[in-house]
Amino acid sequence: MATIVLGVVVALVAGACSGGAGGGGGSAGATTITMAAVDNPQMQDLQKLLPEFESAHSNIHVNIVTLPEDQLRQQVTTDVAAKSGRFDLFTEGTYEVPIWAKLGWIENLTPYIARDANYAPDDLIPGIKGALSYNGSLYAVPFYGESSMLMYRKDLLSAVGVTMPDHPTWDQVAAAAQKVNSSSVNGICLRGLPGWGEQLAPLDTVVNTFGGRWFDQSWNAQLTTPAWHDALTFYVNLLKNAGEPGAGNAGFTECLNAYNSGKVAMWYDATVAASNFTGAAATNSGYAYAPTKLTPYSGWLWSWALGIPSTSTKKDAAWTFIDWATSKDYIKLVGTKLGWAHVPPGTRTSTYAIPEYQAAAGAFAAVTVDSIAHADVTHSTVDPVPYIGVQYVDIPEFQQLGDQVSQEFAKVIAGNESVDAALQKANALAAAVGKAYHT
Amino acid sequence: MNSVSPNLDALAHSATVVARRPFPTSRVLWSVVGWLVVFVFFFPVLWMWLEAFKTEPQAASSPPTFLFAPTLEEFQTVLSGDFPPFFINSAIASITSTLLVLVLGIPAAYALAIRPVKRTQDVLFFFISTRFLPFAASLLPLYLLARDLQLLDNILALVLIYTTINLPLGVWLLRSFLLEIPPELFEAARVDGASFTTEIRRIVVPLIAPGIAATSLICLIFSWNEFFYAVNFTSSVAATAPIFLVSFISGRGLFYAKLAAAATLASLPVLIAGWVAQKQLIRGLTMGAVK
Amino acid sequence: MVGTVAGSGGRRETAASVARREGWLRRLPLLPAFVYVVILTQIPFALTIYYSFFSWNLLKPGSFKFIGIDNYANLLTDETIRTAVWNTVLLTVCVIGISAALGLAVATLLNSDVFGKGLMRTLMIAPFLIMPTAGALIWKDTLLNPLFGLLPYLLTPFGLGRVDWVNQFPMATVVTVEVWRWTPFMMLIILAGLQSQNPEVLEAARVDGANAFQAFRRITLPLVRPFLELGALLGSLFVVQTFDSIYMLTFGGPGTDTTNLPFLLYLVAFQGFSIGQASAIGVVAVVLTTIVATVGLRTLFSIFQVEQRR
Repeated sequence: MATIVLGVVVALVAGACSGGAGGGGGSAGATTITMAAVDNPQMQDLQKLLPEFESAHSNIHVNIVTLPEDQLRQQVTTDVAAKSGRFDLFTEGTYEVPIWAKLGWIENLTPYIARDANYAPDDLIPGIKGALSYNGSLYAVPFYGESSMLMYRKDLLSAVGVTMPDHPTWDQVAAAAQKVNSSSVNGICLRGLPGWGEQLAPLDTVVNTFGGRWFDQSWNAQLTTPAWHDALTFYVNLLKNAGEPGAGNAGFTECLNAYNSGKVAMWYDATVAASNFTGAAATNSGYAYAPTKLTPYSGWLWSWALGIPSTSTKKDAAWTFIDWATSKDYIKLVGTKLGWAHVPPGTRTSTYAIPEYQAAAGAFAAVTVDSIAHADVTHSTVDPVPYIGVQYVDIPEFQQLGDQVSQEFAKVIAGNESVDAALQKANALAAAVGKAYHT
Repeated sequence: MNSVSPNLDALAHSATVVARRPFPTSRVLWSVVGWLVVFVFFFPVLWMWLEAFKTEPQAASSPPTFLFAPTLEEFQTVLSGDFPPFFINSAIASITSTLLVLVLGIPAAYALAIRPVKRTQDVLFFFISTRFLPFAASLLPLYLLARDLQLLDNILALVLIYTTINLPLGVWLLRSFLLEIPPELFEAARVDGASFTTEIRRIVVPLIAPGIAATSLICLIFSWNEFFYAVNFTSSVAATAPIFLVSFISGRGLFYAKLAAAATLASLPVLIAGWVAQKQLIRGLTMGAVK
Repeated sequence: MVGTVAGSGGRRETAASVARREGWLRRLPLLPAFVYVVILTQIPFALTIYYSFFSWNLLKPGSFKFIGIDNYANLLTDETIRTAVWNTVLLTVCVIGISAALGLAVATLLNSDVFGKGLMRTLMIAPFLIMPTAGALIWKDTLLNPLFGLLPYLLTPFGLGRVDWVNQFPMATVVTVEVWRWTPFMMLIILAGLQSQNPEVLEAARVDGANAFQAFRRITLPLVRPFLELGALLGSLFVVQTFDSIYMLTFGGPGTDTTNLPFLLYLVAFQGFSIGQASAIGVVAVVLTTIVATVGLRTLFSIFQVEQRR
């Protein structure tokens, strides 16, 4: 008995001294790279296809660390900011890329792209390519792209005599939602879950198209303007009158579930949502562009892109993997091995020319690529702004500011605070941030 | 037994027997109350286990699915990746740090209970006070230190951190158990000329073995379930079970069944350890029975 | 011990030097643990104090500047930290109070004559063993969610089917989930105390005519009290630092309704990456907790005083 215990203890101490059990698999002479990845279905597909990469490149072994979005962002940010080199590549969003490129924390990928004659960087969808660039150079390449659109159940709407135009206004959408709203089926699902990437994403697009903006050209906070007041009131009332219960906790997942089970008749959210539909939702859904008011288009722009931190010691191996994962060949690989509905959307124009993809992605592919094409991080508001970003403000302080502001709005959604009180508080928070940018 | 007259003694005896065994209403009543309470507490865990055997649409259906054909589909998805390293790392971190807590903590508790140092109360308070600083404040200084010492993504870092977190708790608990040992035993040992290590080996460990089991189990639970230090200090080589668990929280898809399956699996080792050690645990915290 | 004592080898040792050596012999077993803890906690704490006098945003290289007590001055005018302190106190008092009471009740039940005690005890520990992150998510998304959660479904006949528990009663939700987690912990500790009771004393009391409640109040409760307080103390240490549940259930909201000190620290340090500010909040947290703990432990130590040996 004692010998067994002793043996276990020795094994444990040996394990502890060797650093840990994971990360194995590379043979002698192989480079092991560590990737931090956000958890979404496209990433899960990438993990499934990893053996294909490793058999084609036997000298590179890839360890993928998957985390939920906010944890991923926090880990990667800490890693690049503290230069601790835990990761050799990672997924980053259109929010991080310009900021980190400016700080020199991520690699300029243009020279790497130039090495691959088949990469075709001009095939990348222009709006996304621009959002991932700094000073004209790409600092991350897109793995996945999305905008926002309105999804609706054609059958439920026509049952109450409503037809949805392709480019609806928010007033039309609100009216439709009211009409179709009943005790068993709610009119529309909108995100209310606090978080700058959750609730603020759709809400910000509403604000943009109502004529609002976060800061004016002199970085004065604008949250107490009538445009903001109208937008927030509209959003909250729409939720109250025709929205899903528990809106304050509804993020993408909750709304997807609600829409899929027929509990809501409409849903305004990411374009990729449609690839998750099953049953009646899949066969009976119509797709319209993001509703507007004062602007012609209002869809948001987001991309998960792959980048390399400057601290990595295995940049070439990292680039080889990135090259493989974002190439036209990868798109075809996913289509043939896993099904064309699994192809990562919103990255390359050529994807939308593949007949099999058009057949599988069907009705929403056109709206998706067109929405992305018309989303511009430099021009998303009615009045000029000193920042870039459609559904966010691309400054480092926005993570905390957005989270705090969306928490206040969650209170309004829960019915515990008035719109004006929340906007006052939010404006004060934004003003404190804007002060640092006053020249 | 052939007498005609009734056996009065026997009758009286059986009458008393009957009188001493009334219907146990009180027992039944309190059992029902007890089981209700336990059911309420256990139910979320039970529900989680049920969710793990459903498909994704079933797991988040409205109304909730009560009757369903159990499937191992989600378990298969969860186990399709390279999961053993996570669990091995968690085992290394938890068990090693718990052993360290015992190795450091038993002598320390001895010094605060059996032959107490002069400022026992202050030392005890100091140990407690190390738990006052919230983790988010100490994390970055520790992170930068680990970075400079090349300890990032090394399970050793977690071993050291978990020991630090659990040592105050261990010292307090072990001290309480040690105080239960009758001082006469130590007097006798001292008279016999026993050294310190002999005292520990012959008297302390056997007598408070259940107490040691209790402390170890609590330290194991806390280390096994710890998330934030783990996620910050590791990446691929030293990642632990909680990181394995959250990797199933998807931002763009349904994940509740997968999460329930992963949570069930990730909790299994501690669950088994807890239930097996349960008897020891109760005995352990019960050292007063030795009196 | 006055006068000199002959030591071994004939050296004459004074009583004072013997006492000193005895003192060091007593300290020796304590030293490894003590030194270990000092190195691994005081170095980070010293660094935290050091950083608190600087403004340093991790996302802005070159922002590391000495600013004296500005971080602390900001805290005085900041409403969020006052809310956080209040929330911490509220959460801790409610969770410890309720779970101690519940733990006592369940422990008493488990100590009496009920059917299936062993199994009851086994099932009762389960909440304490589940990973807090997973437990909180199960509560939020599958039990309390108004759209597809179990509780709203069960409450629909009573007209409460659309109540959004997590958003309309955030603090109550967090307290409930934490009480669910910590009652088993309290129960275990108190049960131990109950089982160390001498059953003959209770028998004697019953023979003397005391009913169950009187026996409980006069005999059981005083015996259980040290364990109750130990459980409350150790439990408080952890509940004050509650983080995982808040992170998963409400993310500190809505607004700042469930932001406690540790969570506020997390927001400042890892959303805002404002290390100097976070360090100041950390130091304030330590100071406040120290004050409360000193007062609280004074009562506790009076109990342990009886048990201390010389």
